[in-house]
Amino acid sequence: MRRMSGFNMIALTLGFAFLYIPMVILVIYSFNESKLVTVWAGFSTKWYGSLAQNQQFLDAAWVTLRVAFFSSTIATVLGTMAAYALIRSGRFLGRTLFSGMIYAPLVMPDVITGLALLLLFISIGLDRGILTLVLAHTTFAMCYVSVVVSSRLMTFDLSLEEAARDLGCTAAEAFRLVTLPIIAPAVISGWLLAFTLSLDDLVIASFTSGPSSTTLPIKIFSSVRLGVSPEINALSTIMIGIVAVGVLAASLVSKRSLVKRQADEAAAVRAEAA
Amino acid sequence: MIRFENVTKRFGSFVAIDNLSLDIYEREFFALLGPSGCGKTTMMRMLAGFENPSEGNIELDGADIVDVPPNKRAVNMMFQSYALFPHLSVHDNIAFGLKREGMAKDKISARVAEMLRLTRLEKFASRKPHQISGGQRQRVALARSLAKAPKLLLLDEPLGALDKKLREETQFELMDIQEKTGTTFVIVTHDQEEAMTVASRVAVMDAGVLKQVATPSQIYENPNSRYVADFIGDVTILEGRARKEGNRYELAWADGQPPIVAQSALEIGPGDTCYYAIRPEKVEIHHDKPEDDNVLQGKVIDIGYLGNISTYHVQLANGQTIRAQNFNTERSTQQAFTWDDTVWVNWTDRCGILLAN
Repeated sequence: MRRMSGFNMIALTLGFAFLYIPMVILVIYSFNESKLVTVWAGFSTKWYGSLAQNQQFLDAAWVTLRVAFFSSTIATVLGTMAAYALIRSGRFLGRTLFSGMIYAPLVMPDVITGLALLLLFISIGLDRGILTLVLAHTTFAMCYVSVVVSSRLMTFDLSLEEAARDLGCTAAEAFRLVTLPIIAPAVISGWLLAFTLSLDDLVIASFTSGPSSTTLPIKIFSSVRLGVSPEINALSTIMIGIVAVGVLAASLVSKRSLVKRQADEAAAVRAEAA
Repeated sequence: MIRFENVTKRFGSFVAIDNLSLDIYEREFFALLGPSGCGKTTMMRMLAGFENPSEGNIELDGADIVDVPPNKRAVNMMFQSYALFPHLSVHDNIAFGLKREGMAKDKISARVAEMLRLTRLEKFASRKPHQISGGQRQRVALARSLAKAPKLLLLDEPLGALDKKLREETQFELMDIQEKTGTTFVIVTHDQEEAMTVASRVAVMDAGVLKQVATPSQIYENPNSRYVADFIGDVTILEGRARKEGNRYELAWADGQPPIVAQSALEIGPGDTCYYAIRPEKVEIHHDKPEDDNVLQGKVIDIGYLGNISTYHVQLANGQTIRAQNFNTERSTQQAFTWDDTVWVNWTDRCGILLAN
């Protein structure tokens, strides 16, 4: 390992401090004995305990998880299909327009997306609730999935699909038996991205949720307006923990498969030489 | 067995295949040879069913196959990139097509075992494609495309990714396998040595048309045009006007140089421009003036030493270079000819070939 120069060390420390000090403070105060958020009165886990008793938060968490699961799943299916169509169908008329349009929601302000969806639901007379939340999250998560999947498809060797068809597959079978298993890592990471986006979302959810379908971010936001409570700190700490574990696991898995693949290839080359 | 009938293929305004007719016979090892962009890959993709001709018919065993999708054709293809399925083991790659056919399990494993034996891959059946070497991958691709016992096997530059030594070994393996299975092979390649080695007949293509279809030796010794003569092997081509003298032609080709005499069955009118192609291995090189039908004097300006043979570039007084090849039969590092030597090159009237175009 190379030694880091002094300047690099300082730059790295500053950068990480900027990113993580707010979160560290939040985590520390979630273990505060005192009910007053800003006054340290000793270590305690009692707020985690009281959080587990708070039915409102538990309900909100359950709503959030269900919405995230369904919307990310639907978004993954639709986004993968859109990416496949855009990459595979070659140059059809208006292709540039379509591919531009699928990325537009990425840069669209959430407020506008939320408002537009709200107007749509009102005009077709759909009552706001879990269903409208799922639809709304599917809409904006889908383009993220399609970005991830289409960048994978761009480097996909087309002759693999042709080989499958040559060996007796219809186009649909070739996709199911060959393309999908190969692009599965991209599809899964698209799903994970959609899932976290749905967990995080506050703005669009506040436009499209109803009284029976308060999500966790909405619940946290509205309770913070009445004052920051140690319970919220505890809840946020748990969310940070879940996200951190997920990200770590995902990167470990992909890193391990990469290392294994490289080792295998090196072994094959050695066997060839021997 | 395969018949292309007036096939034309256009991509937009680009004509990839231009009104081409061709017959390929059963159990033949047929090579489509040409530079990149000559349409040879398009021909192959039309046989596999990935492209449809814009005009004309393609028949397989007497039946028109233009509207038959690739998965319904008794044709299999070995891809240039091998296109092995990375998520399946060697065994499952080979079994893939058989499973799609709905073959019984025990029959599949018997057939896969047979293919593994044929390609000497028994030890690697459970490996994934990235766990084996390039040469082994090539054999897996071959086994997979042969597993369904197709009537016709298409090979798209099958040896392009292998290094020279492995490529030569594999060429002979391919010929062996073709003989053992009795399948008709059509190979696409831009490597003329490869085409000459493996194929029983070669089609030389250029810009969407067939220039010549013949056995390798006919193509080499009796090319029908300058293009074919130049594309296959080494050749010196001279331009001139021919005059018939008895059963031979005399070709006046440069001022101050004696005419070249050549035997030819070609009918060339007096005064017509024609071409004369002479291959370097048919040209002898001497220090003293020899007796022969064609004798020219020049100076050695370049020597290509390849170990077994040496190629001498001999420049004549008028600036034209003639290439002559000598086998290095004596084991000596001292070459008989060196730079700036004045030498004589000679060959008989049967060695070169007269071409009308």
